[in-house]
Amino acid sequence: MGMNRRDFLRTAAAGSGALLASGVSPAFASMPKELPTGAVGILYDATLCIGCKSCMVNCKKYNSEPGGALYLQGRTASYEVKPGAPFWDSAEDLSSRTVNVIKVNKSGTGLNKDSTDNGFSFIKQHCLHCITPACASVCPVGALKKNPVNGVVHYIENRCIGCRYCMMACPFNIPKYEYESATPQVRKCQLCYHRYDEGKYSACCEFCPTGASIFGKVLDLRKEASRRLTLKPGDEYDFPVQTVDSKQKSRRKVSKYIEHVYGLKEAGGTQYLLLAGVPFEWLGFNRNIKDQFLPDLTWAYIAKIPAVIAGVILAGTATWAVTRKRNKDKEG
Amino acid sequence: MNQKDIKLFTPTTVVLLIVMAVGGLAAFYRLFFGLGASTHLNNAWPWGLWISFDVLGGVALAAGGFVIGGAVYILNWKKYEPIVRPAILNAFFGYALAATSITLDIGVPWRIWHPVIMWQVNSIMFIVAIHVVLYTTTLATESSPLILERLNMKKAVNFVEKIMPAIALFGVLLSLLHQSSLGAVFLIAPEKVSPLWYSSTLPYLFLVSAVLLALSMVSFETILSARVFRHKPPLDILRGLARGSLVVSGLYLLLKLKDLVTGPGVGLAFNGSLVSNMYLLEMIVGIILPFCLLLLKNVRTGVNGIFAVNMLVIIGTVLNRMNVGIVSMAEHNSRMGYDYFPSWMEFSVTMAMIAFAILGFKISVKYLNVLKLEH
Ligand code: SF4
Ligand code: SF4
Ligand code: SF4
Repeated sequence: MGMNRRDFLRTAAAGSGALLASGVSPAFASMPKELPTGAVGILYDATLCIGCKSCMVNCKKYNSEPGGALYLQGRTASYEVKPGAPFWDSAEDLSSRTVNVIKVNKSGTGLNKDSTDNGFSFIKQHCLHCITPACASVCPVGALKKNPVNGVVHYIENRCIGCRYCMMACPFNIPKYEYESATPQVRKCQLCYHRYDEGKYSACCEFCPTGASIFGKVLDLRKEASRRLTLKPGDEYDFPVQTVDSKQKSRRKVSKYIEHVYGLKEAGGTQYLLLAGVPFEWLGFNRNIKDQFLPDLTWAYIAKIPAVIAGVILAGTATWAVTRKRNKDKEG
Repeated sequence: MNQKDIKLFTPTTVVLLIVMAVGGLAAFYRLFFGLGASTHLNNAWPWGLWISFDVLGGVALAAGGFVIGGAVYILNWKKYEPIVRPAILNAFFGYALAATSITLDIGVPWRIWHPVIMWQVNSIMFIVAIHVVLYTTTLATESSPLILERLNMKKAVNFVEKIMPAIALFGVLLSLLHQSSLGAVFLIAPEKVSPLWYSSTLPYLFLVSAVLLALSMVSFETILSARVFRHKPPLDILRGLARGSLVVSGLYLLLKLKDLVTGPGVGLAFNGSLVSNMYLLEMIVGIILPFCLLLLKNVRTGVNGIFAVNMLVIIGTVLNRMNVGIVSMAEHNSRMGYDYFPSWMEFSVTMAMIAFAILGFKISVKYLNVLKLEH
């Protein structure tokens, strides 16, 4: 084989040009780890939730409009009402038609609200709008993006190839796929960001009668959540309704909370915060979700790639040159 | 026996064609009616047989191309030159299989090209996609002399052979990266993947096991084709490959044991659950047995012993990919209330891919000078 070292290097370099080009400029690659300045979110307080599922119905209604998370041309809101069901909407779990679900967890006789002992508690499940979202970090085409201002993790349908890596990666199992369709999309809560321009906010909060779900700036929600943890059970408190800074209040007795604001640290922190009277594990949250930025785990691998490229080309070329010479010496 | 004597229309071929026809119909059904109608994928199981077997398995089975290519063109171990062409052609079919399956598996196949222009470098899936595109091109170039020879294009053949070491190096580089990145895909989900498989070393485990599988696969094919063409198997090549397998399986065993001991602990492997038993099966069939057998000199040096070890490694490594892709997440996903077992259409597409690879290889051997047989 009549190739000299220079030819060899030249061909190798030309061939790997494309690869090196992907050699990762850090600015291009970085995943934000700070709460965006204008971050908005939801605070859900399970002790205030009465399980009326108004949020589920209105989530579907307002997200079936153009721009909404469930929008499909020519389709109206689909309420999965079962015959004889006592609710407006009896979807049992998240699906491609349900991006927000109220569930109830029970034990024993199920009589005591917000207790694990012969009790029950509601839980509201939808996208947590992670500060460093795993779903957006794994998407090969950038079809899931975190808005740098309000922090909403939203979906750009016409980029999505449907690989479903986002479903694999989301620690909370939020994104759902339209398997039933031949032209499927990913469906998940997008914090009703299509309503912000008209001065509106999340439908699930607007239509929550008790203030169990309230919308607002994440920093305000965090303050409100920690204030509630300092309240004495049995005392009265004016819980804001609809939004955290609302004039409308609902005066109620404070229940006993567990000492935990879910979403402050989990998976690096989220813009959806939760309070409850029972442990979150009991409500179905995976206990293996750690306080860590998940995209760091894959980034640790990706960051090594440029060095591997350089190392392999150098070492490979050197090896080739040495072994070829040795073979020649042997022959000659 | 020579190329002309290879009969194309044997009963086996007919069976392969039928399998391909059934799978082809299933693939069409999937394209027109969607994934829900054709597969058992669901809200908790985004990935199933096609990702685990066809993509993870197919790419691993194709590792022979870069391992032998690297040995012959970079390390200049000319002893292995006779097997470099079948190894690379085999890799080409492995990748074709993986690429076809991934096209069927993604929900919107007509956007398969999106990653090439919509870069998202945080995503391992993006890295994998780019590598598959580049590497399939590389493999096509590496195999091009087969076609060019047939067309009597001497100049072109000479040119490709001249730059072959550079192409081979590029192939080695790409393969190192994406064999490992297929393992890295699962790093994002520590809360879902069972600790029996989850480890920060997953990328290295995928790479090392792919090399082990490569050696076995190439050796397996060499023995098989020797039987088909009724010539004597090249013993020194087979013995060299077996020595390599011994070293690599020892390393792989060490890495796996280290992960088990420093990770979940040995107890988890023996708790009797289905998941743990699948782990044990993979460890015994794919790693422990092959390693122990290869330690025996008469196994390592005889054709039958080597053949048996090859079978074990092939089954064991494919099992590993199925375990990582499916079994490792079974406990987490069934807690969400969903089970998964592939539908008959998923199975038939996968079987069709395998049939296609076998038949494609056979046709190539007949019409192209793959095995460098005397004319
Ligand atoms: S909860 Fe899941 S889907 Fe929502 S932003 Fe976080 S990772 Fe993405
Ligand atoms: S399914 Fe779509 S949104 Fe999800 S990771 Fe794949 S391309 Fe991105
Ligand atoms: S924020 Fe909007 S999309 Fe999200 S759960 Fe509430 S209503 Fe549904």
